[in-house]
Amino acid sequence: MRQVAVVGIGKTAFGAFPDRDLRSLAVEAGQKALENAHATTSQVEAFYLGNFAGPSFVGQNHLAPYVAAGMGMTGIPATRFEAACASSGAAFFHAVSAVAAGLYDVILVTGVEKMTSQSTPKVTEILAGAGDLCGEVRAGATFPALFAMIARRHMYQYGTTREHLAAVAVKNHQNGAKNPLAHMRKVITMEQALSGKPISEPLTVYDCSLISDGAAAVLIAPFERASEFTDKPIRVLGISQTSDNVALDEKADITTFRAVQTSAEKAYKMAGVKPTDIQFAEVHDCFTIAEIVAIEDLGFVKKGEGGPYTLAGGTCIQGERPVNTSGGLKSKGHPVGATGVGQICDVAQQIRGEAGERQVQRNSLGLAQNLGGSGATSVVTILGAA
Amino acid sequence: MNSTLNNPGSGVVYTETVVYSPPEAYVNDVPYQLAIVELEGGRRLTGRIQGERAHIGDHVSFIEFRNQVPFFRKSA
Repeated sequence: MRQVAVVGIGKTAFGAFPDRDLRSLAVEAGQKALENAHATTSQVEAFYLGNFAGPSFVGQNHLAPYVAAGMGMTGIPATRFEAACASSGAAFFHAVSAVAAGLYDVILVTGVEKMTSQSTPKVTEILAGAGDLCGEVRAGATFPALFAMIARRHMYQYGTTREHLAAVAVKNHQNGAKNPLAHMRKVITMEQALSGKPISEPLTVYDCSLISDGAAAVLIAPFERASEFTDKPIRVLGISQTSDNVALDEKADITTFRAVQTSAEKAYKMAGVKPTDIQFAEVHDCFTIAEIVAIEDLGFVKKGEGGPYTLAGGTCIQGERPVNTSGGLKSKGHPVGATGVGQICDVAQQIRGEAGERQVQRNSLGLAQNLGGSGATSVVTILGAA
Repeated sequence: MNSTLNNPGSGVVYTETVVYSPPEAYVNDVPYQLAIVELEGGRRLTGRIQGERAHIGDHVSFIEFRNQVPFFRKSA
């Protein structure tokens, strides 16, 4: 297996862009990643696109060749990957696997979602399609409801509190306020976070990530060729994708994302590192409780300690192990199909030392964790400095 | 998962939530309580709670299926 490097990164701003269509967002991100790698479309041997629900959100199918052609790329394999909110994490995992195996040298991996042209109840319904339609969704489960039930159980088993959840939101908004590409660049107070409009008890609007438009892209190549593209290559040290049951009521313990645990174990083993070696991370905070569960399942803290650790500042930029310095899905925004590759861009930016006032000091080993649905897909990637 | 429509009987609330922001199909139902009920024998089922608010650990009894969705109420 060859070692793989990220040699170019590119993101659009995340936000609500009524004048932008899906393809223009994906094309912009892809072109930025190519420019960042001083590469041209003629060097791209395959195009992998992560997108959750373009056909439902905007009615467009056959998205990968559609986006590729929008960039002037034809005559190459162009394929869409769907794994709910881990769609572009999955695309990245398969692209890295293909380059590692020697199938291709240069792959452009893009993630995109265009969500804001639909009403909130319609978006809620489309997102619920990532759950079990014959059971939980028919009963009235939305994604906020599924994570609310996870939160309730986590509170019951471990004593996690509303303040612990709110601390995730306050911290991520602090970070996102300093991110020029973030959707909601504003600081919120603990009082605001605790008194938000209820969405699904105990979660309020401040516990939920945003409905966003946006795209992100990375160019990958074998590490031995990285210097052709950049003087700041990022090594993919470990990566794994694993699956679990889709329905929440089929999981033995809903306070744990088993797929996060299994994908993390494999990624750590591949990279030859321990959880405590990870210096900073971008984790999938689709809801505040998801960040708490993630830092536990990734092994940063013991089970049940995610909330107190967050409230004590352990995951702040100045803390022991900064988490979601980008603002996370909560503040940066969550165009679902773009999120996984967006996290890779954010971790790479930190390792390159290009995160501006959000820059972490210990930045040579970072992790990205991308979750699909209520935990049926997880992709964990460990990135390191060259 | 309700793969069969047999009477699931009674059970205990494993987790629950009250939904205020519904999907399009249920805009007229809000707020409604959703729960995962652990049935006797250990199988879990996602359904609705009707009437009095139920909490984790509360015993609930099956009422009926409506459009294949199991409805429960808190046991007396």
